[in-house]
Amino acid sequence: MSVVENIEPDHAELLRFISAGSVDDGKSTLIGRLLHDSKSIFEDQLNAVTKTSNKRGMEKIDLSLFTDGLQAEREQGITIDVAYRYFNTPKRKFIIADTPGHEQYTRNMVTGASTANLAIVLIDARKGVLTQSRRHAYLASLVGIPHLVVAINKMDLVGYSQEIFKQICAEFSVFLQGLGFRSIEYIPMSALLGDMVVERGDNLDWYSGKPLLDYLESINIEHDINTLDFRFPVQWVCRPQTEEMRDFRGYTGRIESGTIHVGDTVTVLPSGLTSRIKEILLYNDSFETAFAPQSITLTIEDHLDISRGDMLINGGELPRITREFDAMLCWLSEQAFDPDRKYIIKHTTRIVKGLITRIDYRVDINTMHQESVNILTMNDIARIGMKVQQPLVIDAYAQNRGTGCFILIDEVSNNTVAAGMICIQES
Amino acid sequence: MFLNQNKMNQRSYFTHLDALESEAIHIMREVAAECANPVLLFSGGKDSVVLLRLAEKAFRPSHFPFPLMHIDTGHNFPEVIEFRDYRAKQLGERLIVRSMEDSIQRGRVILRSKNQSRNPFQAVTLLDAISEFGFDACIGGARRDEEKARAKERIFSFRDEFGQWDPKNQRPELWSLYNARTHPGENIRVFPISNWTELDIWQYIGREQLEIPSIYYAHERDVIVRNSSLLPVSYLVQPEAGESVQNMMVRFRTVGDMSCTCPVASQARDVEEIIVETALTRITERGATRMDDRTSEASMELRKREGYF
Ligand SMILES: Nc1nc2c(ncn2[C@@H]2O[C@H](COP(=O)(O)OP(=O)(O)OP(=O)(O)O)[C@@H](O)[C@H]2O)c(=O)[nH]1
Ligand SMILES: [Mg+2]
Repeated sequence: MSVVENIEPDHAELLRFISAGSVDDGKSTLIGRLLHDSKSIFEDQLNAVTKTSNKRGMEKIDLSLFTDGLQAEREQGITIDVAYRYFNTPKRKFIIADTPGHEQYTRNMVTGASTANLAIVLIDARKGVLTQSRRHAYLASLVGIPHLVVAINKMDLVGYSQEIFKQICAEFSVFLQGLGFRSIEYIPMSALLGDMVVERGDNLDWYSGKPLLDYLESINIEHDINTLDFRFPVQWVCRPQTEEMRDFRGYTGRIESGTIHVGDTVTVLPSGLTSRIKEILLYNDSFETAFAPQSITLTIEDHLDISRGDMLINGGELPRITREFDAMLCWLSEQAFDPDRKYIIKHTTRIVKGLITRIDYRVDINTMHQESVNILTMNDIARIGMKVQQPLVIDAYAQNRGTGCFILIDEVSNNTVAAGMICIQES
Repeated sequence: MFLNQNKMNQRSYFTHLDALESEAIHIMREVAAECANPVLLFSGGKDSVVLLRLAEKAFRPSHFPFPLMHIDTGHNFPEVIEFRDYRAKQLGERLIVRSMEDSIQRGRVILRSKNQSRNPFQAVTLLDAISEFGFDACIGGARRDEEKARAKERIFSFRDEFGQWDPKNQRPELWSLYNARTHPGENIRVFPISNWTELDIWQYIGREQLEIPSIYYAHERDVIVRNSSLLPVSYLVQPEAGESVQNMMVRFRTVGDMSCTCPVASQARDVEEIIVETALTRITERGATRMDDRTSEASMELRKREGYF
């Protein structure tokens, strides 16, 4: 398939990133600019957006229309929910999530952030660091996004002033200290006019770093998947009820972390029974080895009672098996937390009833201070204690994203009301 | 930090297609495990052909834990219907067909003219079928790169008891912890290949050597040039006064309603050549081929709100 590989290298690395920041800082415009200048916009899309822009009496095209696809968004000129866009350069494949800046839609921002490798937080150069800039940077760090780009946007409106750029960087870097990003890059730009997005432009000569796209193409994204500790939550048991396959039992699932080989000893949690891997299968293929994040089917040497929600592990760092744990929780629902309501927790492939037993504190995003509260409302971030009906097999989110995250679902409305990240103190 | 050299090497074999495949398989298995009565929507088109391969990877050597269903508009290309039946039989899986013709007979769908596009009314037949069988989840092959409203949709997309999508009030969807819960009468539309692009689909078809209906490859066909689109001549589409019929080498990028799905000029006779053309094209799949999406700026969003796929 030589031609194919020339066009788009099959081994192209995938980078998922989000745009974030306060209302009207230019997130959607930036994504539009990035797509436009990297020649990722198709002619018919360009025509449609040009037409709509003209209809609204704009001279130039409104770049935000490339992602603001809902009627309500176009009417109001704001982003309500995440838009996903795809593009590639010869170096990388990108999945972009353009997220909303309005506080009301923070849960949609978190939705986009939960799967990203990198966040671009925009700041309007005229306004400087706002509460929402801090909130989004904090949320990005909370969900474990390793890389941050701080885009100081609308530089055209402040005369491309290096002084202003420096001031904003200095102020924000104090806040960002201690949030745990692996890399932070500050880039001045004008999303509207294109300076420092794909092209350098002529207005920011004092800036010695790379334009945004160069940076996105070249940043080293060591995988944030834990490659050491094997974690395999069983999703579905494959039992073909046919004559020749009567004894076949395949445990299907996706490897959340680590690696497994045929012949390895595995322990089934929470039961603690052990066996050895007989085969690693996927449809007509069988493998000697498999690793995260592959979806596969495993067979084992012994007949054990294993079902959905169980987890296979293999030595290394052991997870905890527990009915109680602490977590950082983002409350996402318009309906406030109600201690009398029942919630369901979904963690890996396990779904059990859960209770919030304590609220230790709520984080004040402006000051990062801890406040004591006894209620949680939409967009609150709090440290809590959870108790669940049946034991869960957990890791700390910081060690293992896949086995450290959970969602809470309201049992009556079936809505997803909160997202949690498990904390485990070193004992 | 976590990597050692040996594992790095293994990882480099994990391509972006592998990543997309693994994500899709995981999604299908979540549906199988969490939904009481799911169904997979199979049209015979390229995206649903890919869904079937992903289902094989997710569930073989078992049967699929759900039947296949096609909503037949009665305006489908015969090659596609033939392929649909052939593929279902080859897989040994149950295929349910519900046709719009029945909905029309029963007065559920009222057409303004006999030959008008039937796409907008598919939702009626689909929603009737969902309630007939009590399906709580429908797996579909829609992709976010197809259309601006789709770009906004969740992978597990909740529909209320009227089958409606509320784009302003979607459930948060974090990590890969999907919420598949519904009350009776509600359902979830699940899109395992949400994150695939048209190019990814063709690369996967090539890699997996999947069979697809013949009209995806370049072939000679009578077409009418109308508003810079090529309309395939059929009993539904005939030249109007002043139009002439030309015979051209064309292929289809999508295979929908015959009255409004247009082919593109092409010489691509195999998957590899289609991949080359796909990588170079400057027109989106729907822009090039679907007349029905051009009628208004928000036509897809409106149809989705009414229960469309
Ligand atoms: N002068 C100037 N205006 C800009 C720039 N970037 C964006 N804008 C304008 O700022 C306004 C808001 O831009 P959007 O891209 O919609 O902002 P957003 O951050 O996506 O807004 P939400 O998604 O609703 O939070 C629009 O009028 C843009 O044209 C810039 O670099 N310079
Ligand atoms: Mg926006």
